[in-house]
Amino acid sequence: MATLKTKSNELIHPMEHLLRMDRIPHIWCPGCGIGTAVTAFASALEKSKIDLDKVCIVSGIGCTGRVAGYVKLDSFHTTHGRAIAFATGITLGNPDLKVVVFSGDGDLISIGGNHFIHAARRNINMLVICVNNFIYAMTGGQVAPTTPLSAYATTSPFGCVEPPFNIPYIADSSGAVYVARWTALHIRRLTNSMAEALNKPGFSVIEVISPCAMYYSRINKLGDGLDMMKFYHDNSEIKHGEDTKNLDIGFQTKITVGKFVDRERPTYTESYKKWLSEIKRKK
Amino acid sequence: MKANPRNVNTGIYYIDGDVASGQGALAAGCRFIGGYPITPSTEAAEAFAKIAPKAGAVFIQMEDELASIASVIGASCAGVKTMTITSGPGYSLMMETIGFGAMLETPFVILNIQRGGPSTGAPTKTGQADMMQSRWGSHGDYEIIAIAPESPQELFDYTIKAFNLAEKYRCPVMIMADECVGHMTEKVVIPKADEIEIEPRRFYNGPRDKYLPFKPDKDLVPKMVKAGDGYKLYITGHTHDEKGYPILTQNSKVKTQKSTTRRLVDKIKLNADKIIELKEENTDDADVVVVSYGISSRVAVRGIEKAREKGIKVGSLRLVTVWPFPDKKITELAKKVKAFVVPEINYGQVVFDVERCSHGEANVILIPHGGAGVHHPDDILSAIEYASKENKKIEGIIEHKTKLEKLIFEEGYKLKE
Repeated sequence: MATLKTKSNELIHPMEHLLRMDRIPHIWCPGCGIGTAVTAFASALEKSKIDLDKVCIVSGIGCTGRVAGYVKLDSFHTTHGRAIAFATGITLGNPDLKVVVFSGDGDLISIGGNHFIHAARRNINMLVICVNNFIYAMTGGQVAPTTPLSAYATTSPFGCVEPPFNIPYIADSSGAVYVARWTALHIRRLTNSMAEALNKPGFSVIEVISPCAMYYSRINKLGDGLDMMKFYHDNSEIKHGEDTKNLDIGFQTKITVGKFVDRERPTYTESYKKWLSEIKRKK
Repeated sequence: MKANPRNVNTGIYYIDGDVASGQGALAAGCRFIGGYPITPSTEAAEAFAKIAPKAGAVFIQMEDELASIASVIGASCAGVKTMTITSGPGYSLMMETIGFGAMLETPFVILNIQRGGPSTGAPTKTGQADMMQSRWGSHGDYEIIAIAPESPQELFDYTIKAFNLAEKYRCPVMIMADECVGHMTEKVVIPKADEIEIEPRRFYNGPRDKYLPFKPDKDLVPKMVKAGDGYKLYITGHTHDEKGYPILTQNSKVKTQKSTTRRLVDKIKLNADKIIELKEENTDDADVVVVSYGISSRVAVRGIEKAREKGIKVGSLRLVTVWPFPDKKITELAKKVKAFVVPEINYGQVVFDVERCSHGEANVILIPHGGAGVHHPDDILSAIEYASKENKKIEGIIEHKTKLEKLIFEEGYKLKE
C-alpha cells in the first residue's frame, strides 16, 4: 500500500484509488469485520499487481453484499444468492476477466449454496471471498446455516438446533483449487491469501470469520467487536494443510485457520478451449 | 448492420420450432446461452449447443433456472448477446432475476415454450397461460416486450427480432411460443447473412470521464459499456441514479424511485408504436374481428375462412407482439366493429386488455381453453356466428365455451350453498 500522498497540500487516503470515496461513509456498524476484509482486499489488489481494469467484483445481498459498491472496480450488486451464477456468466462472456465474488455466508452458502458447489465443480475462474459472521445481520440477526450449534439468533430464540456448514470442507469436496480461512483479526495473512488467490486460475475460496457486534455477539452476550477480536486472538489456531473435515466451528470453540487446499486442476475455460480445438481438428 | 456469415447456417430446412429458434439466436449474434433442460423447450438448447462452438458461441447447462438467468445477465454485462431457454416451472423460477435484468436495463432474450400449467401441469402439451406472467411476473414496476410466433419459420425470424428489440430498448424480451409451435416441424428458410438485419449493442463512445451508465438518450434508453473496459461501472438492483449509485433515501427532494421506475415503464410505453407488430386482415369492412396470437392464430384462420364462406364479415388481428399491447389499434377497431372474438389457451389473459381497450364500444367474446390442446376451428366459427348475431351491447367479457368444454361442464359445477 502506498504511503500517504499529498495532492494540493491535502492528505488523501492511500486507498482512494481503490475505493469509491464518494460513497463513504459505508453502512457497516462499529465493530463489524467486513471493513477489515475490504481493507485486506484493497491491499491484496495492489499486492497482486493484477490489472484493475480486468477485475470485476460481484456481490449478492446482505451486509457483505454491499462490498461491491464500495470498491472501485467494475462492480455488480446482484440478487440474493445469485452472485456466483452471475459471475459465471461474466467469465464465460469474457474469459479475460478475473471475477471476485465478495459476499456473506447466508448469500453464498444458504440461498446460493447450489451455485457455490457447481462453480467449484466446474472450476470456474473466480475468487470467492465469503465473510462468515454466523448470522443474517442485514435483516436483524436471524439464524443462518453457519450459526454454531446452541448459539442464539432471533429465529432460534432457544439456541440453534441445526449443525452448521463447514465452508472449507464444502469448497474442498466440491473441487475448489484454493481454500483458506482467516478471521478479521488476521489482516496480514488474509491479505497475502487474497493476493495469492487473485493470481490463481480456477475456483478459490477464502472464508473470513468476522465479528457481528450488533446481532451475533449481542444476542449471545459475547461483548463488542473488540471482545470478539480478543476471542479470535486467543482461540485461533493456524494449521496450514489441515484436513478440511476437521474445520467445524462450534459455539465459542477454537477456530482453525490457515491455507488448507492449494492444488492444480484445469479451469472450465481451459478445458473448454482444449475441447474446442480438438473438435475443430477432427473436422 | 448485417448478420455475421459465421453465425448464419443458410439453407432450406425441415426442422421444428425449437431448433429454428436456436438457429435464429445464433444468426442474431447470440454468444452465450445458459439454460436448464425443461420440456418442451429442450430441443432449442440442444440445437444451440450443437451449432454454437463452431461459430465461437458458448452454451452452458447451468445447475438450475435461477443460475441460468443470472448467468445470462452476467454475460450480457460482459458485453455479449445472450438468451435463456425455458418453459413454465423454469420460467417461474426465473422471475426475480428477470426483474433484476429489467432494473439493470441489460439486454437479453428468454425463449418460453409454454406448456400446460399450473405447476408441473402437462409438460408435453401446449398452453398459453404464461402471458400475464411474462408481463407482471417479477415484483415491482417495469415493462418488457413479448412476441408470440405461430410457426417454426417465425421462431427463426422472431428470435432475431427479439434480440434486435432487446438491444434497442435494453429490456428483457420474451419469445412467448408454445409447445405446439415449438414441436411443429415445417419448412424453415434461413436466408443469407446479408439479408438479415442485426441491431448492434448501443455502446457508448463519448469521453470516458463523462459516461453515466443510466443517462438516457432521447428515446429514453441509455448507452452501455462492457465490464472490463475500465469504466469502473457500478451496477445494482437498488433504485439508482444516472451514475448507477443506489439512492435509498426518498423524500420530497429526492425522487429517484419515481424517476427510475417511470423511465423503465416509459421507454417501452412511449416507443410502443415502433415496437408493436400486428398482422391485420379484412378488418376494413368487418363486423367481427378475431384477436389472436401464437398457435391460436393458425387455428383461427380456418374458423375465419368458414365464417366468410357463410357470408359473415369477419376480419383478423394477429398480435405478433403481445406486449406492449396495441391499445390504440383495439380502441380504433372497437368503434367500427360489433365484436371481438379472442381465442386463448387459458381462461382469459390477453382478453382483459382487449376488453379494457374496447371501452364498451364492442362486445368482447373469449373462447377459453384449458390447455393440453388447441381450439377446434368450429369453436372459433361458432363464436364468430354468435358475435355477428348478437345486437345487444353486453358488459364485460362474454365467455363462449368450446364444444369440448360444454361436454365436460354440461351441467356446470352444480354449486351448492
